[in-house]
Amino acid sequence: MSIQLKNLTHVYSGGTAFESVALHDISFEIRDGDFLALVGHTGCGKSTLVQHLNGLLKPTSGQVLVDGEDLNGEHVDRRKLRMRIGLVFQYPEYQLFEETVAKDIAFGPKNLGLSAAEIEERVRTAMAQVHLNYDKYARRSPFELSGGQMRRVAIAGVLAMQPKTLILDEPTAGLDPHGRDRILGIVRELHQSGTTVVMVSHSMDDVARLATRVVVLAHGSLLADGTPREIFRQREMMEEAGLGVPEASRLVQALRARGLDLPDDLYTQDELYDHLLRLWKEANPC
Amino acid sequence: MLKNITLGQYYPVDSWVHRLDPRVKILLTIALIVAVFLVRSMVGYAILLTFIFLASCLANVPFRLMIKGLKPLRFILILTFLLNLFFQSGGGEQEILVHWWIITITRAGLRQAVFFSARLALLVICTSLMTLTTSPIQLSDGIELLLSPLKIIHFPAHELAMMMSIALRFIPTLLEEADKIMKAQMARGADFESGNLIKRAKAMVPLLVPLFVSAFRRAGDLAMAMEARCYHGGEGRTRLRVLKLTRHDLFAVIAVALLIGVIILERAAMPDGWPL
Ligand SMILES: Nc1ncnc2c1ncn2[C@@H]1O[C@H](COP(=O)(O)OP(=O)(O)OP(=O)(O)O)[C@@H](O)[C@H]1O
Ligand SMILES: [Mg+2]
Repeated sequence: MSIQLKNLTHVYSGGTAFESVALHDISFEIRDGDFLALVGHTGCGKSTLVQHLNGLLKPTSGQVLVDGEDLNGEHVDRRKLRMRIGLVFQYPEYQLFEETVAKDIAFGPKNLGLSAAEIEERVRTAMAQVHLNYDKYARRSPFELSGGQMRRVAIAGVLAMQPKTLILDEPTAGLDPHGRDRILGIVRELHQSGTTVVMVSHSMDDVARLATRVVVLAHGSLLADGTPREIFRQREMMEEAGLGVPEASRLVQALRARGLDLPDDLYTQDELYDHLLRLWKEANPC
Repeated sequence: MLKNITLGQYYPVDSWVHRLDPRVKILLTIALIVAVFLVRSMVGYAILLTFIFLASCLANVPFRLMIKGLKPLRFILILTFLLNLFFQSGGGEQEILVHWWIITITRAGLRQAVFFSARLALLVICTSLMTLTTSPIQLSDGIELLLSPLKIIHFPAHELAMMMSIALRFIPTLLEEADKIMKAQMARGADFESGNLIKRAKAMVPLLVPLFVSAFRRAGDLAMAMEARCYHGGEGRTRLRVLKLTRHDLFAVIAVALLIGVIILERAAMPDGWPL
C-alpha cells in the first residue's frame, strides 16, 4: 500500500484572526516497506501532517492518494481505511478509557466487527508484540499502570487492528531511556516483520539507528527527503532546520577536521567504529 | 471539528472597543439587551443592527463572525419562527396569506414570526459583541467588581469570578483535548456519527472517560499550583490590572444612551399594542 501526498497544504482556522498555515505544498510518497522518519523543529507541522495520512484532517488544498485513490474522495470508506493505516498519537496514553487493559485493546478489533474469538486472539498477539504479559496485565485497569506501560497498552490498541502501515507520532516523548529503547525495539520488530512505519521523532540518533528514509520539515514546508546517509551529510542544512545530526556524524566531522581519513557520510556508531578500527589497524600493522 | 463556536470566543485584536473598561462593557451590553426588548418595530431593529454594525467596525471584528455566532442557535431560531408563524392568535390584521389543510398563515402571524426571531438573533449578536471584544479574564474581573458591593451580604463575588475565569480558561483546553481524543479513537475505528440515539450515546464513552480523567487531573494540578503560590481566597488580594474609567468609556456610555433615546422615540411613535 502506498500513500502519496500531492501538494498538500493545510491552514488552521482559515478566514479568522487565528489563521495559521501549518503545512505548505508538501509532496512525497510513502512506499511499502519504508521506515520513514519524519523530523523537524517543534511546531513545524509534523503532527498535522500525520493526521492527513489516515484522513483525520482534510487538506485545505492538495491530495492524499492511497494506492492511487484520493483519500478524501466521496466514495472512500475512511473508517475502514483508518484501520489499515494505524495512527498512534502523541501521548497516546490519554486515550485509554476501558475498565481493563484487554478491553481497551479490544476496542479497535471490535470496531472492525470481528468475532469474539478473533478479538481475543488479536488482543493476545498485540500484548505479546508490546511485551506485556497477558496473564499479568489483561485484567488490570489501564489507569493503574505506569506511564510507559500505559503507552504500550495504547500502542497495542492500534496494533490489534493489524494495520499494514503504522504511523507513530513521537512514541518515545517523555519516557526514560529504558522505556524509550523498549518502544523503539517494538517498532523495529514491527518493521522487520513487514509493516511500513512512519515515525515522528526528535532524536537524530534514533532516526540514524532505525530509519531507511528521512523527511525533513521546516516551518511547514518540505526541506529534504532522502536516505539517512544523504540527509545527515548535509550538516549545515540540518543545523538550520534546528535539528542537528546524530552524535556519530558530529564526531566524524570533528575527526575529519583534524585530518583523519574518514568518508563524510558516516552516520551510525557501528559504521564509525568499523572505519576507526580500519584506520587503527593501518596505523599499527603488527 | 469542535472549534467553530463563536459565542464566548475572544477575538484578539486591538481596538477602541477592546480597550473599554469591562465593567462599562457589561453594563452597556445589559442596556443594549433592554433596548432590544424596548423595540416595537422592524425599524427599531434596523437602527440597533446599524449601531452594532458600526460598533463592530470600530472594534475591528468582522461582522461575519457575529453572524456566525447564530449558527449554533439556528434550530431555536427556526422553531421560534415556525411557532409564531402558525400559532399567532387574535389581534392584529387577520388577512390570510396561505390557507392549506389545517395550516393558516396570517399577515399578523408572519409579522410576529419575523419580529420574534429578529429579537432572538439581536440578543445573541449584542452579547457576541461583548464577548468577542472582551477577554475572559477581563470579563470575570468586570463581573467581580460589579458584584463586589454584594459582599456586604456575604455574596461570594470573588469566588464566583475565580470559578468563572477558571472555567472559561479551560473551555478551549478541554475542547482541544476532546478533539484530540476523538481523533485518537477515530483512528481506532470509533464511529461518532452514525447509528441511533442509544448507539451514539454509547459511542461517547470512549471520548468522555479520557476527557473526565484529564479534566480531574488538570483540576488537581491547578489547585496544587494555586496553593503553592499561596492563594487563599479573595481577602486582602490586590490586583495586577487595576481598572480605571477613561474618557473613552464616557463616549461609549453617551453613544448607547443616545441609541436608547432613539429607541424610546421609536417605541412612542408606534401605535399601542403593536406588534401583538
Ligand atoms: N488545532 C489547531 N488549531 C490551530 N492551529 C494549530 C492546531 N494544531 C496545531 N496548530 C498550529 O500548527 C502548527 C503545526 O503544529 P503541529 O502540532 O503539527 O506541530 P508539530 O511539528 O507536531 O510540533 P511538536 O514537535 O511540538 O509536536 C503550529 O504552529 C501550531 O500552532
Ligand atoms: Mg506534534
